[in-house]
Amino acid sequence: MEKRQMQVALLRQGALDMLPLLVGLIPFGLACGMLAIEAGFTAWETIAMSLLVFAGAAQFIAIGMVAAGVSDWKVLTLTALIVNLRHILMGASLLPYVRNLSLGRQAVLAFGMVDETYTVTMNRIRTTGYTPAYQLGTNGAAYAVWVACTAAGTYLGSYAVVLFAWGLDFAMPATFLAMLLPRLIEHPPSRWVAAVAAVCAVGGKLLLPGAWYILAACVAAVITGGVLEERRERHD
Amino acid sequence: MTELSWAIAGMAAVTFGTRFGATLLFRQGLPDRLERWLRHVPTAVLTAFVAPALLAPRGVLEIGLGNHALLAGVVAGFAAWRSGKTGVTMAAGLLAMALFRGLEKL
Repeated sequence: MEKRQMQVALLRQGALDMLPLLVGLIPFGLACGMLAIEAGFTAWETIAMSLLVFAGAAQFIAIGMVAAGVSDWKVLTLTALIVNLRHILMGASLLPYVRNLSLGRQAVLAFGMVDETYTVTMNRIRTTGYTPAYQLGTNGAAYAVWVACTAAGTYLGSYAVVLFAWGLDFAMPATFLAMLLPRLIEHPPSRWVAAVAAVCAVGGKLLLPGAWYILAACVAAVITGGVLEERRERHD
Repeated sequence: MTELSWAIAGMAAVTFGTRFGATLLFRQGLPDRLERWLRHVPTAVLTAFVAPALLAPRGVLEIGLGNHALLAGVVAGFAAWRSGKTGVTMAAGLLAMALFRGLEKL
């Protein structure tokens, strides 16, 4: 196949593989738009936030804070930083694959790296290998759906409640579970990593404020995995 | 600019910073040891989202038949194990969730 056609095919494949997660993004995007308007954002501010920030969890938390009367930009910025710190870990784990791309391309790919596009791209790496066009396809699909749904949410927000009642909010955990299980089956040490992540995430969600539990669980689990591997190597 | 516009600009800057930060931090390449440790990030991230969504969907630990997310998670897990396809797993999980929520309303 000609190179250009192959790139287009990879872009499309990336977007297609995002479909299950895009279903899950719809109710959250609509809810995000609806809640932002209720909190006092204008429609344009809401859409600009999705276009520029493109971070579901951080946007929801910011909207919640504004609704609660906190509108200091420094507080909102710091909160977004904390909520998104996990992306440094995710970006670092992608580095071995993107390192040879130009900085500009790496920046474009990094802008669209959200939990969903990252996990689908890592899943592709596990099964087939890495290609930037594929990653760009996942990013583009998620970005388009997220921006479109928050924009739609500013107008028809109350319908989002119906989608939640149908259980569409369960699409993300179900799809993540489908990507998690093969890792645990193929790579037994990952079971310990997952066990530590599960305990820390559940414990953290019950005990820690906001979204700290995700970062805490990721750091604890990655350390567990690293220590386990180093101990095994010493035995070999 | 309004306070909210500044907030949106600030959030956009720090969010991009976290996503691009690793590239700038490790211009000289990742140390081998760190690279091996970072291979566990996907499993960690996936679990950090899935576990609370299944075990504490309403913010409190719920292990039992009253927890629809946990039941739907078991169905999705079974579908993942049998089919190995993300789409099938997601559909099975969503159908189970709709079914459990529907049954509860009866």
